[in-house]
Amino acid sequence: MQNKFDFKSSLQNVDKGMLAEIADLKGTPNGAYNIRRNGEGMVRHSTDNIIIEPKKDKPGIDITIKPNTKGETLHIPVIITETGVNDVVYNDFFVGENSDVLIVAGCGIHNCGDQKSQHDGIHSFHIGKNAKLKYVEKHYGDGDGNGERVLNPTTIVEVGEGAYCEMEMVQIKGVDSTVRETNATVAAGGKLVMLEKLMTHGNQIAHSNMEVSLDGEDSVAQIVSRTVGKGNSEQVFAPKAIGNNRCKAHVQCDSIIMDNAKISSIPAIAANHTDAQIIHEAAIGKINNDQLVKLQTFGMDEVEAEDIIIQGFLK
Amino acid sequence: MLEIRNLSFKVSDNDGELEIINGLNLTIDNGKFVVITGPNGGGKSTVAKLIMGIEKPTGGQIIFNGTDITNMSVTERAKLGIGYAFQHPPRFKGLTVRGLLSLAHGSELPEDACCAYLTNVGLCSKDYLNREVDTSLSGGEVKRIEIATLMARNLNIAIYDEPEAGIDLWSFTMLVDSFRAIGKNRHDSVIIISHQERIMELADELVVIADGKIRNQGPKDELLPNLLGEFNGNCSLRREVVTK
Repeated sequence: MQNKFDFKSSLQNVDKGMLAEIADLKGTPNGAYNIRRNGEGMVRHSTDNIIIEPKKDKPGIDITIKPNTKGETLHIPVIITETGVNDVVYNDFFVGENSDVLIVAGCGIHNCGDQKSQHDGIHSFHIGKNAKLKYVEKHYGDGDGNGERVLNPTTIVEVGEGAYCEMEMVQIKGVDSTVRETNATVAAGGKLVMLEKLMTHGNQIAHSNMEVSLDGEDSVAQIVSRTVGKGNSEQVFAPKAIGNNRCKAHVQCDSIIMDNAKISSIPAIAANHTDAQIIHEAAIGKINNDQLVKLQTFGMDEVEAEDIIIQGFLK
Repeated sequence: MLEIRNLSFKVSDNDGELEIINGLNLTIDNGKFVVITGPNGGGKSTVAKLIMGIEKPTGGQIIFNGTDITNMSVTERAKLGIGYAFQHPPRFKGLTVRGLLSLAHGSELPEDACCAYLTNVGLCSKDYLNREVDTSLSGGEVKRIEIATLMARNLNIAIYDEPEAGIDLWSFTMLVDSFRAIGKNRHDSVIIISHQERIMELADELVVIADGKIRNQGPKDELLPNLLGEFNGNCSLRREVVTK
């Protein structure tokens, strides 16, 4: 752990590039932060209301957000710039009652070597009564080596009574293999919004399994998955919403398929209560030709038009 | 100047070849406001798509300002300043109205410019700027945004394919006013495919396309009274009603 951290001098260019890509960080973040590099904590900064402490029994941190903390931000990016790193980290987030915070996570792997580099982040969120959390996580990989870039996140979420949790999970480029496991429960009057955006290319493989249990009365869940599969990549999505009380849930999987990609969408819904209202919809299709032609009538070529359509779709 | 020479367009189906456009000739001078009309299925929209390059002709030539554009792509024609508003515009998930107008314009459009284009087509701009051009918009709304995308472009020739289709009466009045303003201030040519008398009245010239050919072409003042008379005379149902 560094005692004195300076964004400009303490980081190499490759680190800065990764941080900009995954967390939009171009300088020392405001608020609390914890930057992890190549399997080790690099710098950590708590605030009066957001306290970050290392775990004693395993790698990772405990983050405690005090009740009534409003408008504060926490950045917890992870970067891997060496080949052959296998990093497993356990992060627990305790979001206090009535707080309203933004957490920006994300993991970037820059692998120029021939060995596999992997990061498995196991995140547990305990969101207190009437709290509001927005969580943004971006996954990104680059580097011209043959070593694989692997990210296998596990996310566990407990949305408390009357709490609101919005999670945006984005993986746009350069991750060879990902298996995402998400499990969530929503208490009475709580709302969970899960937004998953993913693009795979080359020979990449992405699997996402998600299970949301609506346990409390008047709980709400919205699960949206938007993906683009290019090249020879493969994607499998299996989101499941389970209504155990009077609740509402909507599961939507929408994918654009290109080249020789393979995409499976397997949304599932289950109701264990007569007042559970759960809907799912899923669609996979190629880019509509009229959309391409429309943008070509603006003077774009086909590749530019495709890019605009995909960017919009994944925005 | 746009010159269409001996243009043909055939499609194949199970019964053989079907001729949609059959040796069509048409010249549109720079700065002209032309309305193309005619019966459904006569080939009007196909001609518009052939001019834009969305369909490829099976015979003939299209010359634009002296350049043979017959084999040019849609993109190349767009770069020459040809624009086309779809009769059934596609929707775009995630793309905002402002984003689409900026893409049409070729650079980021300031808010007030976007608002002006939207107001011209009868949309209250502040409600629409940041809305996505997706299925949350009605058919009429998407159609009006489509027309605005053409207005946002700097074109030599603008083609509108049945702009009035799916638009409510109030917005239609606004749209006619917008086309009237375009007619007065333009430096480019405008081609509108329409069945609406109020749009035909704005034209310098009317062209009637039927059975894949030009049946009539001439100044609006000469042609419009005949056209309306022709409808009244030819429609057997109407004749019956009138005689009774």
